[in-house]
Amino acid sequence: MSSATAAGRPSTALRSEASAARRRRVGKLVSYGVLAAIAIIYVFPFVIAVVTSFKTDPDATQNPLSLAPSPATTGAFRQLYQDQDFLLWLKNSAIVTLSVTFLRVFLDSLAGYALARLRFRGRGAAFATIVAVMAVPGVVLLIPKFLMIRQLGMYDTYYGMIIPLLVDAAGVFIMKNFFESIPISVEESARIDGASIFRIYWSIVLPMARPALVTIFILSFQGSWNELAHFIISAQSSGLNTLTKGVAQLASGQLGVGNRYPLKLAASVLMTIPVAVLFFVFQRRIMNVSSGAVKE
Amino acid sequence: MAAITFDHVSKTYGDGFRAVADLDLEVHDGEFVVFVGPSGCGKTTALRMIAGLEEISEGEIRIGERVVNNLPPRDRDVAMVFQNYALYPHMTVAENIGFALRMRKVPKAEARKRIEDTARIIGLADHLDRKPRQLSGGQRQRVAMGRAIVREPRVFLMDEPLSNLDAKLRVQMRAEISRIQRRLRVTTVYVTHDQVEAMTMGDRVAVLRRGVLQQFDAPQRLYERPANLFVASFIGSPAMNVLEATIERNGDGLVGRIGADTLRLPDARPALAGYAGRKIALGIRPEGLDEAAAGSGGRLRGVVRAVEALGPEQLAHVELEAAPVLAEDVLEGLVDLEEARDLAELRTERDGSPRALVVARLDASSAVRPEQTVELSVDLGRLHFFDLETGASIGE
Repeated sequence: MSSATAAGRPSTALRSEASAARRRRVGKLVSYGVLAAIAIIYVFPFVIAVVTSFKTDPDATQNPLSLAPSPATTGAFRQLYQDQDFLLWLKNSAIVTLSVTFLRVFLDSLAGYALARLRFRGRGAAFATIVAVMAVPGVVLLIPKFLMIRQLGMYDTYYGMIIPLLVDAAGVFIMKNFFESIPISVEESARIDGASIFRIYWSIVLPMARPALVTIFILSFQGSWNELAHFIISAQSSGLNTLTKGVAQLASGQLGVGNRYPLKLAASVLMTIPVAVLFFVFQRRIMNVSSGAVKE
Repeated sequence: MAAITFDHVSKTYGDGFRAVADLDLEVHDGEFVVFVGPSGCGKTTALRMIAGLEEISEGEIRIGERVVNNLPPRDRDVAMVFQNYALYPHMTVAENIGFALRMRKVPKAEARKRIEDTARIIGLADHLDRKPRQLSGGQRQRVAMGRAIVREPRVFLMDEPLSNLDAKLRVQMRAEISRIQRRLRVTTVYVTHDQVEAMTMGDRVAVLRRGVLQQFDAPQRLYERPANLFVASFIGSPAMNVLEATIERNGDGLVGRIGADTLRLPDARPALAGYAGRKIALGIRPEGLDEAAAGSGGRLRGVVRAVEALGPEQLAHVELEAAPVLAEDVLEGLVDLEEARDLAELRTERDGSPRALVVARLDASSAVRPEQTVELSVDLGRLHFFDLETGASIGE
């Protein structure tokens, strides 16, 4: 009796272990299934956009959700290049986006450093104002911005498109918080070594803030590349059209001939490429560069 | 090189906290001085005031003949080694060491030579192209030293530079820093909370407590002639045993009654006569106690509670029928929290009489065992006497 019980116990334990493993496997399969479904829901519209950009107009109208262009053609891309001002839009977007991105990274970090490290009267109030600005929806500021741009004589110029985007509250906030996480002793050491405040910012702190800078860089690039509302209120001449404005005009049907989905989606796909490339390149660069600075 | 003078220097923060109070001392040219004390004693604040990283509330600091109160750090010609290394992580070892030279626009060829010379001194000549994250803790600390050395400053300031290293490396680096300082003869102020570091490295040691300088003396004098109960308890490991004793006249001389035991006190302490009939704090270093041999002088009887064999010697923890001195000065001076806890636990009396736990440093061959009753001989020439109210040493 006792031997039977002894033999029975391990086999019961093994059975319950096997069923637990089975439950874990099924659970894993279900979660992967849900994840895959969500991924498809998110990716599918982009896949449709890419596929449709290689379709003909009739094919796109008849089979809008088909994943196989019939026939496959680069006609939409050729039309975009030959019939539209695509290169002009691209040039304008590049000028505005690169100017805004580089200057914003510089100015956000400069303001963030000042708020993090310099002691000056009104520092708290300045920071509180910046945080408050973050709470205001951008659309509320469109009309005041338009009025100011007009008043300052910057309407319909690159200045009007670029300058109002140069500093953003979120960027300053991110940089301030990051600078505060850098050990103060590193800066004190540089002060004793003879560095000025700007030198400490430029040669010591900024290189250590690379992960935050990359974040601001990506956000700024993406934000200004995809910006539309601000460009609508700051310029009207077609010579200053950016990609977003150009594509918006295509999408709103000003061409007046059918739906022309392939043309519109070809423009969208081309517009997406720089941001995607940028993200993949810089994603690998996000790393902890302060490792080794101080003993943690 | 230059002397450093603290002329009645105080530091009071905005919230009214006084971190340093009326500090008045001079570090001689080329001297190695250690500021030591428990956390919050003001030692790091004093060091940072020399560097220019903290403003001075009152008094004057001079480096050489120059008053530096209002000089920015870069104009003080001092170099500082920080507790957490504070290296520039994106720069190589060579760039880290050479940063100060670059700031001072030293010509490239000369800077290169000085960096290489420094790297040889700190033993990192083969690591010049490495980044800090590729170095061990000890190597990073040496880079921090190198950054200070390459400047050839008038003053080295070191803020607990070894506290992040493991015990073995700390001993090694201690010797290294002393060697480098002796070689360069740069006036050095070194901050630590580790009294062993203070005793082994400093030409002189300044003991601070709650922002006030307690004693500034050579290490051996601090050990042998502590100015007060705090210094007596802080310096020395294991700490000095401090017991309550009642001074009484006995014929021509004086005796000290410690619980049930009586010690004849040395005649060379005339100031003690003024304490006749009063209680004082009596200090005995662990090496001042030994197993009593037949016919030896003063004795204390007690029960061994624990024995720690350390190889060349043994530490016997002996419970005496005597009252321990549990003044704040003593408890605050104890570096070892265990020691403080042991003392506090003994405050509870047994059988109506107080008990004190003392530590005796015995020979390795001693056969004492826990729970054994022993008689300890007391080296009467090495007793220390303190006023119980003020904590000050009772002079000779």
